[in-house]
Amino acid sequence: MLRFIFTRVSLIIPTFLGITLLAFFLIRLVPGDPIETLAGERGIDPARHEQLLKEYGLDRPIFVQYGIYLSRVLQGDLGKSMITQEPVLNEFSSLFPATVELALCAILFALVIGLPAGIIAAIRRNSIFDHGVMGISLTGYSMPIFWWGLILILLFSVQFDLTPVSGRIDVLYYIEPVTGFLLIDTLLSDEPEAFWSAVNHLILPTIVLGTVPLAVIARMTRSAMLEVLGEDYIRTAKAKGLPRFRIIALHALRNALIPVVTVIGLQVGVLFTGAILTETIFSWPGVGKWLIDAIFRRDYPVLQGGALLLGVVVMSVNLLVDLAYGLINPRIRHTR
Amino acid sequence: MTTETMEAPAVAAPTATPPHPLREFWSYFSANHGAVAGLVVIVVVVLVALLADVLAPHSPYITDTTIALKPPFWQEGGSLAYPLGTDPIGRDILSRMIYGARLSLLIGIVVVTISIIIGTVLGLVAGFFRGLTEIFIMRLMDIVLTLPSLLLAIVIVAVLGPGLMNAMLAVALVILPHYVRLARAAVITETSKEYVTAARVSGAGTMRLMFREVLPNCTAPLIVQASLGISTAILDAAALGFLGLGAQPPSPEWGTMLADAREFVLRAWWVVTFPGLAILITVLAFNLLGDGLRDALDPKLKRS
Repeated sequence: MLRFIFTRVSLIIPTFLGITLLAFFLIRLVPGDPIETLAGERGIDPARHEQLLKEYGLDRPIFVQYGIYLSRVLQGDLGKSMITQEPVLNEFSSLFPATVELALCAILFALVIGLPAGIIAAIRRNSIFDHGVMGISLTGYSMPIFWWGLILILLFSVQFDLTPVSGRIDVLYYIEPVTGFLLIDTLLSDEPEAFWSAVNHLILPTIVLGTVPLAVIARMTRSAMLEVLGEDYIRTAKAKGLPRFRIIALHALRNALIPVVTVIGLQVGVLFTGAILTETIFSWPGVGKWLIDAIFRRDYPVLQGGALLLGVVVMSVNLLVDLAYGLINPRIRHTR
Repeated sequence: MTTETMEAPAVAAPTATPPHPLREFWSYFSANHGAVAGLVVIVVVVLVALLADVLAPHSPYITDTTIALKPPFWQEGGSLAYPLGTDPIGRDILSRMIYGARLSLLIGIVVVTISIIIGTVLGLVAGFFRGLTEIFIMRLMDIVLTLPSLLLAIVIVAVLGPGLMNAMLAVALVILPHYVRLARAAVITETSKEYVTAARVSGAGTMRLMFREVLPNCTAPLIVQASLGISTAILDAAALGFLGLGAQPPSPEWGTMLADAREFVLRAWWVVTFPGLAILITVLAFNLLGDGLRDALDPKLKRS
């Protein structure tokens, strides 16, 4: 088991180096002089230019520069935002909970609907319900979520006036950040209405962000269940005369869940991609919107650091899923 | 397809002649109604794109503020001259969508062509030479796969500068790993087969082995992935357009049209609804086609 953990963990080192290389060289691709790019449109005088060149090590060979960059990254120094002068890491960690909160709600939404839908579709194979679930899930999978968000706003906010158009909570409330998760922080505060305001603001973004994972989970659950239901041990269970519910819930579902868990883990990348679009539509104050804003402000340190951090987060989650998968399924653990 | 008429055997053969591969393929493919529907939609979109100059009632670029934000014809104030209404600066939405079909198909085809060519070559190289070359290529692809696809595309476009060309390059790079992996996996299974050994023994060079012997036998998964890739490409390019990083206004790209229309969502539902619907239907059609192709081409899934 230790050996398994060790190989999996060591595999992420080249990936991490690759991501830093990518982040390092991509910024080099920005046309023009890096110091002038960093200085922005105000320009910079030659003496200061010289000094900064030395300070950032930009007068050294490119591989030395990469080494300097890497050692800074490892010490948690990702540079400062050119606009706010705040360290990129601080900005990221203050905005990240908002994105995580949204992403968790979205995956929960996808699971609560996707799992039962997939299971029932598999049990009633080729029924109208099955075709319906598959049709809807393929549509969800093809959905341009930025448009989906606008349509939901059109329906629920404009037509029926049920949900707010943007933001995380009503401006009436000021909630002291404790955990960074508004749903928890509002419950800790002494304003119960604030909690409902936060929930209300979460509904549409959750649906929008959860749509693609929902489609994937429903499809995956269905096909995993179909595969398992054809196995011999299911036939044995049926022959033993076990109740149908017991066969499905205990014998089939437990085995079908293994591939589904993996797929959920792989959805993390998809979720962050979707979060960038969802947060832009709903003005959700998370890291996705922060990155897009950085692009339009030409805030390159934020872009570089933010992309690197998101990459590392996705990488770490994938690693955890991998390890968890090994724990659930001994066959995986012993093959390597 | 015209030479498909099967000759009736003169003598009653003990076994029926196997059907022509294309005919066999079609019989599997046409059994899948979704796939056929997808194909029909794609043919329609292609025709619309080709005949845009004839079909579009107005120019997609001419603005006329006197007719700004006219609703579709069935609503009060709308007219049949502008069937789906007009946008905030008085351009005909239907005409812009018709020209947008051109752009979206172009994006899909260009992106997938670029990544199929590069991806197949990289995959063939990795599968043939193994060793360090393979490790290097596959690790690189793993890194690209680790990063959220749109995030990587966004970073690339942000660095290279917004625009349709850069957006297409970014999306092509992002979907590249799928083709590399497919090609490599196919090559590894194929090279152990006897016909490859036979070709090698009879003196075929590496290039010939790679492109003449092995490649034609790996095309099925690549075709399936190409169809699915076109849908991803259209979707991601539209997302970039929506974020203001893809095709730039006044280009009638569907995602860009949505970005222009965003602030009018509260006042004019039609400027938002139709371009997105076009994206959804086109992407759905390519996904249906891809699923159908996979079922029809993949022998492992046949008759299951």
